[in-house]
Amino acid sequence: MTETAFFDTLLVVTMIGLAIWMIVVRDVFAAIIGFMAFGLLLSLVWLRIEAPDVGLTEIAVGGGATGVMLLRARGLASAGDAMNAVPSVPFRVLVGVLAGAVALFLGALVVFPPAVAPTLAPLAAEHLASTGVGNPITAVLMAYRAFDTFLETVVVLLALIGVWSLTPDGAWGARPRVASADVPAPLLLLAQWLVPLGIVIGIYITWVGADEPGGKFQGATILAAMWMLVMMAGLRSAPALSSRRLRIALVVGPAIFIAIGVSGFHFAGAFLAYPDGLAKPLILAIEAGLLISIAAMLGMLLAGPPLEGDRP
Amino acid sequence: MSLLADLFTVAAVTLGLVFFVAGTVGIIRFPDSLSRLHALTKADNLGLGFIVLGLLPQCAGVFDALKLLFIWLLVQFAGATGAQLVARVLRREERP
Repeated sequence: MTETAFFDTLLVVTMIGLAIWMIVVRDVFAAIIGFMAFGLLLSLVWLRIEAPDVGLTEIAVGGGATGVMLLRARGLASAGDAMNAVPSVPFRVLVGVLAGAVALFLGALVVFPPAVAPTLAPLAAEHLASTGVGNPITAVLMAYRAFDTFLETVVVLLALIGVWSLTPDGAWGARPRVASADVPAPLLLLAQWLVPLGIVIGIYITWVGADEPGGKFQGATILAAMWMLVMMAGLRSAPALSSRRLRIALVVGPAIFIAIGVSGFHFAGAFLAYPDGLAKPLILAIEAGLLISIAAMLGMLLAGPPLEGDRP
Repeated sequence: MSLLADLFTVAAVTLGLVFFVAGTVGIIRFPDSLSRLHALTKADNLGLGFIVLGLLPQCAGVFDALKLLFIWLLVQFAGATGAQLVARVLRREERP
């Protein structure tokens, strides 16, 4: 057994153990922390199979943002008894059967792989030059499969609408409350010093995404984290749900995406097709717009809905 | 020269790992939360510090080296703040 095989085995065994522990453990808080640690380990797996782009996204969105969102949801729900509610037995059996079926199917694919693995990788590499970007992942996301990427961002917007719809009557349009009553001094210091650096790093990660591992989703998650830090430290309160500037920030990315996509009918003969020679600048314009929108979506998702008693 | 650099890397990274192992043992074995916090921050500061120090000679250029140092500084900053916040909660629970 080589060293890498040993490391891989250790990684996989640890992850399976952690996954089982997450299901078994009774404490919701512990399960969420386990989930975040699982995200870190999963990003190591992506690195091991040489997919650093996916690894970065996993660490930022899967482990980081989702974990914080779960912690926020737990904080909001623990006031009521939602956390103590146990799902009914048939429901749990159904979840178990479905999850088990997916695991069995994936396991079967690994154990009995198709003779020739289906791949479009050579084709993607062949046409990379025509997109103007150097990172094949970005080329797939923004050129070959741009429609999927568009839907992915709209899905996040739909999730935000779902969270906002939890706003109690009377609080609609108010600012979500994020900062605690007394902000710890170290948190304030962190928010004042880290945020300017973090904004630069978020934009950098998006910018290098054209040619190196990185991209708007990872960059936007960092920007959203910085925004969350500012709100938690009370340096700025969260924007009101009714704020026009917020709404514009939320839709500017998808709007640019649609505008360029529709103009593709006229200039390049298909929806979301880029005219020759203009692919790179158009992709950069979409990425810049989406960076703002996804950061705003994630930040507001983390901030959560206004609560009972908040007034617009 | 490159042999010397490699030796330095192996020595410094090993030293860093020692701090991580010690920190992990501390988190598992120490009796109270404040001591565990102490063990954790030593792994963060010194463990990662020695690993970054050891990787510096392997960097392709000055920019890569600066990025590594920057990552270490950011982890220091975030780690110290996190430890302060956890300690604050512990203290509040101690004296209600």
